[in-house]
Amino acid sequence: MSTKSYVRTEMLPEKAPPPTEVGIIGWMKENLFSGWLNSLMTVITAYLIFWVLAAILPWLMNSVWNAGSLNECREILQGEAGACWGVINERFNQLMFGFYPENLYWRPVLAFVLMFVALAPVLFNPMPSGLKIAWGVFLVIGCWMLYRVGAPGLAYVVFLVAGGAFFLDRLASKMVWFSALFPFLAVWLLWGGTAWNVTMALFGFVIGYLVYRFLSPAVGFLFGLILAVLITVAWWLFLAGPVAATLAGSIPLELAPVESRKFGGLTLALMLGVTGIVGSLPLGIVLALGRQSDLLIVKSLCVGFIEFIRGVPLITLLFVASTLLNLFLPPGTEFDIILRVMIMVTLFAAAYMAEVIRGGLAALPKGQYEAADALGLDYWKAQRLIIMPQALKISIPGIVSTFIGLFKDTTLVSIIGLFDMLGWANAIRANAEWTGIVWELYAFIAFVFFIFCFCMSRYSMYLERKLQTGH
Amino acid sequence: MKKTVFFGALAVAGVAAGAVAAGTLDDVKARGKLNCGVSTGLVGFAAPDANGNWDGFDVGVCRAVAAAVLGDPTAVEFVPTTGKTRFTALASGEVDMLARNTTWTFSRDVDLKFEFVGINYYDGQGFMVPKSLGVTSAKDLDGATICIQTGTTTELNLADFFRANNMSYEPVPIETNAEGQQQYLAGACDAYTTDASGLAATRASFENPKDHIILPEIISKEPLGPLVRHGDQQWGDIVRWTLNALISAEELGITSANIDELAKGTQNPEINRILGTEGDLGAMFGLDKQWAYRAIKAGGNYGELFEKNIGENTPIGLARGLNAQWKDGGLVYSPPFR
Amino acid sequence: MTTLTDPPKESFRLGMLIYDSRYRSITIQVAALIAFLIGMGWIVSNTMNNLASLGKEIDFGFLKEPASYDINQRLIEYTSRDTHARAAFIGLLNTLLVAVLGCVLATIIGVFVGVLRLSKNWLVGRVMTVYVEALRNVPTLLWIVFLMAIITETLPAPRDFKSGEAEMLLGGTVAVTNRGTYIPEPVFSYSLGNIKLLEGFYNNSFRFEVSLDLIVILCVLIGGILISGLIKRRADRVQAATGDRPKTWHLRLAVVVLPTVFVLWLLGLFFVVPEIKGFNFRDGIHLRASFLALWLALSFYTAAFIAEIVRAGIMAISKGQSEAAAALGLRSGRIMSLVILPQALRVIIPPLISQYLNLTKNSSLAIAVGYMDITGTLGGITLNQTGRELECLLLLMLIYLTISLLISSVMNWYNERVKLTER
Repeated sequence: MSTKSYVRTEMLPEKAPPPTEVGIIGWMKENLFSGWLNSLMTVITAYLIFWVLAAILPWLMNSVWNAGSLNECREILQGEAGACWGVINERFNQLMFGFYPENLYWRPVLAFVLMFVALAPVLFNPMPSGLKIAWGVFLVIGCWMLYRVGAPGLAYVVFLVAGGAFFLDRLASKMVWFSALFPFLAVWLLWGGTAWNVTMALFGFVIGYLVYRFLSPAVGFLFGLILAVLITVAWWLFLAGPVAATLAGSIPLELAPVESRKFGGLTLALMLGVTGIVGSLPLGIVLALGRQSDLLIVKSLCVGFIEFIRGVPLITLLFVASTLLNLFLPPGTEFDIILRVMIMVTLFAAAYMAEVIRGGLAALPKGQYEAADALGLDYWKAQRLIIMPQALKISIPGIVSTFIGLFKDTTLVSIIGLFDMLGWANAIRANAEWTGIVWELYAFIAFVFFIFCFCMSRYSMYLERKLQTGH
Repeated sequence: MKKTVFFGALAVAGVAAGAVAAGTLDDVKARGKLNCGVSTGLVGFAAPDANGNWDGFDVGVCRAVAAAVLGDPTAVEFVPTTGKTRFTALASGEVDMLARNTTWTFSRDVDLKFEFVGINYYDGQGFMVPKSLGVTSAKDLDGATICIQTGTTTELNLADFFRANNMSYEPVPIETNAEGQQQYLAGACDAYTTDASGLAATRASFENPKDHIILPEIISKEPLGPLVRHGDQQWGDIVRWTLNALISAEELGITSANIDELAKGTQNPEINRILGTEGDLGAMFGLDKQWAYRAIKAGGNYGELFEKNIGENTPIGLARGLNAQWKDGGLVYSPPFR
Repeated sequence: MTTLTDPPKESFRLGMLIYDSRYRSITIQVAALIAFLIGMGWIVSNTMNNLASLGKEIDFGFLKEPASYDINQRLIEYTSRDTHARAAFIGLLNTLLVAVLGCVLATIIGVFVGVLRLSKNWLVGRVMTVYVEALRNVPTLLWIVFLMAIITETLPAPRDFKSGEAEMLLGGTVAVTNRGTYIPEPVFSYSLGNIKLLEGFYNNSFRFEVSLDLIVILCVLIGGILISGLIKRRADRVQAATGDRPKTWHLRLAVVVLPTVFVLWLLGLFFVVPEIKGFNFRDGIHLRASFLALWLALSFYTAAFIAEIVRAGIMAISKGQSEAAAALGLRSGRIMSLVILPQALRVIIPPLISQYLNLTKNSSLAIAVGYMDITGTLGGITLNQTGRELECLLLLMLIYLTISLLISSVMNWYNERVKLTER
């Protein structure tokens, strides 16, 4: 064996990579300037960013926060370009609450905060930390607003309870009952009046359930269901009112009533969006099932409704709400415009919701349907126990997207003269002190919408990812 | 009449039914509030302030009616309406009256089945141009771009005016006054046309009002007034005579300052009749004796309302002009109270 | 062997309508139909009663009366003496114009942004993400009014051009002002004239003229494209037979371009450049501020959604596809056009068309900036001036519904065509 060796026996020590390939320079070379096309794009983009910032930043840096009118702003700025946020400062409450009585601001805020609590069981299932933080931030902001509008005690209580839920995932999932009660509670908080109205409305569901529970073994499922629905509706139409009035007579339990035409600003947008979604969910499920069913007439009615609503722009439906809906109802019925818009928005959302749920139904593997059949379940049982729970779960991202779309579309109500944030922007600009102001109002409104929609769209994207890995 | 129509989770609150066919007066009394349709925001005539309170000349009429009928000038629910929604809001009974700078025209009165109860502002459509444009007459506007608010009679007047004078123009339709102002100031249109009062109000809010002139031509008659539904004569009379009471009060020198003094009784029988110290005019349409007293007391007489909201001492700075009392050479004239 | 026997004959009982699944579906359907008819009847009778008490009746006669208002943007001739029906027709054309142009621009921007979002360039990728998020999460209506404000507030007014404060762009041919943008207009000196159509029908409401020049140019252009297609097919045949593909692109380009240019020369094409005269720019094509704001806002907004669709479409194609294509020796351009795109398009097109549908419906927000589309004419001024809410809104919804159904039937047709047949 020769001692001569033409090969190295030991490894050379690793050399440091050339300085142009590591660190910032390397990263830039890799990500910004790899090839002439990339470099060109980088330069163009950088120039664009610079151009936009150069236009906006000086204006933003020169912000005036406290001013009672545009002229005051102009005086302070002395001819320089600068943002006049005084208008937001002065009109903040209107942009948030509209004409809602000032001493009652805590009610919409509390409803808003409780909405997050009610959402907890849906969201905390198991929830990633990022989402949890976002949820917590919204909650803190809500509690802070509650504190600000003059209900500090409530703010602490809600904060502690919700904070508890925040840390105890298990508690959160036990609060489903609260989620179910929330719509009623919110209605009471927002509109006020005696709590008995809402309670009796809720009681209608209880009656319906009891009727169904005890009658369906005797008369069969479908008949029991129909009977339950009929009795519930009869209760609402004829008995609930007088009973609530009697009860209210003895035990008032009253909040100062607020008419719906007082709602405005962000409250209105959120309310229209949430009512639309909550109201459209059951309607959408029915329509989706109808569209999937083999019953020709039912199917064509559902398809007709869905395609009609989806075929016309929302603004024409809002015109119908503002000018025609009263014509369609018996003489003397008088809904105010916000209720009419709510009805239209719910119908509008229902058509989209039906399509989302139909998507969920279609995405369900066929084996699930077959398994349900194999178990001998009838149509309704199969839907209730097997199909719907899964289909709805798959549909959540779609539902959230629908909600985002609906929430953004609520700005359209400004065209029919309602004072949502955009409507207020117009009204404020019509006021002598603020005529001539443009950017600040639009920027603020855009910012508010962005925050809400961005968070929701992130949530829906997260869910989509999560659901994708499920298969 | 008030009854709950439907109830439950779908619509718990705020659903009250008042039969439109029954007397509007009874409805208003039962409700305890007057629903008054106003514009969504026009400086000086109707606009919500920072506290959400409505203010303005048209608003003053609503408050006077509320004071006359309900005894409380604040018992008014202001329903903002757009050019499109105003007539349906009134026709469907959503509002009891409309005080929204609405022009009294034949077709609105006859075809749309409304009743204009009077005229609270005599207006006419005019043009505003920047001084620098060098235009002195509307006849010079051939080929100009003109901003115009849609949903009003102004569109029709403008089309007729330019057609009659064989001139061309480019209309820029806009939704709100604020929008129009913005476009006009930025030079996106050469001229801005709307009712002369609106022009004055708009000009007043400019940084340099002196740089803009309102052209001498008034191309239309725009009698603006409150209106109610056809068919309820009693209610129409109440609104009509409340307006007339405000006008007569100015003519007779009744102001919110001296009204309490005068209400104790005067030598002038007409003042006495208006203020209810003589005869009982109110009973003839279902109100008490003091109705006009309260209406005038609410915001002052016609002249006071004018001065406070749109008069020469306000930023809007409108002269009385046609809206002076007939004795002073204007057109404002109330039939006698007897 | 068993013999087949008939099932025992049951006599029909009333209860079977509910308990027997054979009849139950019929029962449910009949009940649903009856409920629907009752509901409709209720609404119709309410409407009739209400209309009667208002002293109105349903009457479309107003459509034949003079509209009495002017419309600034009219693609075909219109004066204030024309009928309401014609005003609606003008509005419809404006709606279609902004919808079609919006779809085109949105697709271009959307594809561009969607592809760039996948770019390896860090900065570009981030900026595109910001674009998509900012556009998607703010309402369209806000973007429309915002863009309108930008146009009115930041661009020069025509009078600045007079005083020399602003200059026309592109060698003095294009004027960008806050009233809109003026671009040169093509004009023919030896025009062939127009064909008038639908004259005298419904008080002249739907008359319109078709330019013969345009027809001739289109014919020549289409003829050129057809011939170029023939050349391509021949080249394909040659390639199939010999394996060599003859170079044909210059020939194909020539048969399309040369005849068209020749026809344009024959017709005497020249451009009229906008010029400031009096208050405004005259001549040239005027793209109004309201149109630009609506068009750009709708395009940018929809483009953000399209970008996401395109990105998802490209990412949905598994990497194995492009690797397999590369293994076959295809060049990267061919991989894209022959392997990736045909598959990605199948994923992209259905949601893309539903975005087109949304854009068309969103064009009804034109009313916010005063663009005279069908909502602005029929559902706006006509409705206001005549007070015929029911008739106007019914017509308006019917028209939108027709447009939507047309678009979605195209979508269904396409879906049927490209659907993978599962075996």
